[in-house]
Amino acid sequence: MADKLNFSLVSPERELFSGPVDQVDAPGSEGDFGVLAGHAPFMTALKEGRLTVHNEGRLTVFEVRGGFADVTPDGLTILAEHAVEASA
Amino acid sequence: MASLKDMRNQIGSVKATQKITKAMQMVAAAKLRRSQDAAQSARPYAARMASVIANLAGGVTGDGAPKLLVGTGSEARHLVVVATADRGLSGGFNSSIVRLAREQIGKLLAEGKDVRILTVGKKARDQLRRLYGDRSIGHYDAGGSPSLAVAEAVSQLIRDRFEAGELDVVTLYFSRFKSVVTQTPTAQQLIPAAVAGEAPRIDLKGAAYEYEPDEEGILATLLPRNITTQLFSAMLENQAGFFAAQMTAMDNATRNAGDMIAALTLKYNRTRQAQITKELIEIISGAEAL
Repeated sequence: MADKLNFSLVSPERELFSGPVDQVDAPGSEGDFGVLAGHAPFMTALKEGRLTVHNEGRLTVFEVRGGFADVTPDGLTILAEHAVEASA
Repeated sequence: MASLKDMRNQIGSVKATQKITKAMQMVAAAKLRRSQDAAQSARPYAARMASVIANLAGGVTGDGAPKLLVGTGSEARHLVVVATADRGLSGGFNSSIVRLAREQIGKLLAEGKDVRILTVGKKARDQLRRLYGDRSIGHYDAGGSPSLAVAEAVSQLIRDRFEAGELDVVTLYFSRFKSVVTQTPTAQQLIPAAVAGEAPRIDLKGAAYEYEPDEEGILATLLPRNITTQLFSAMLENQAGFFAAQMTAMDNATRNAGDMIAALTLKYNRTRQAQITKELIEIISGAEAL
């Protein structure tokens, strides 16, 4: 089994998601990007858009507006100004 | 001595007060649970934000560094942001925040610094108006429940003043919610951003960070947001602390009212019995005289 990526999505009000996942696709300010486990340290601002979390073949989609993605060797953290789970 | 009727009235009014304090205590307890949850779920965001900034701060130094991070190089003009609750009846909760702020203001003034004051929460304004009313640059109500919109408005005002070059150091005073019985008045520096020692640096295991856009671009949007976040979490902590303090204060008040009712009832019964005894003696001695 491939390595898992530790992903957490937090908004100012609460932590929306935290746990190991396979892949996360996020809308970066300079273009969409995907993050897998072992990604190089990377930080970017986010634009408004959809954040897709891939895990065990299942997709979870969040609508995010404003914020940052921070990739470290420990995982990916997304600080979103506003975030809600999109209904399918 | 008070008549029996007066005493009955007094007991009645203490009982009415006790009902009110009891109700307030229960309302505060219910709201405490909710605001405690809110304060706790906001912590991860603030913590991550701090560690991201700490990480970035290490990389940018020198002339290009944003002023919000490194300061203006002067310490002459201070802004003191005092955040309390809007309402009282919470023991020493609001006063202890204001007292801490007032001590600091006094100290800064003694050092000859220029001090401006911004208040969030009606109690902070009321308690500081008399002494330092002329130094106030604005006021916001804390509102029913902490909202990002208020935090953003306060943060915007602070940034505008800072960018206009009117301020050097901004410090926030609020009460940190430790537990239901402990709330600690705390001072937190907003500008220049306090990063040292607050968050552990992230170990990059030898790799270098990549930034999109560049470091400055990210910092320029992240630092203002950090101020908003800190204000927002201070308001959440205040809210939780306020209800905890109010619950404790109202619990004490309810107990005191209970003690008072017991003491008054005892006195009332004694007086009533003394009166009956006196009447009996009068009747008996009247009958014996016949």
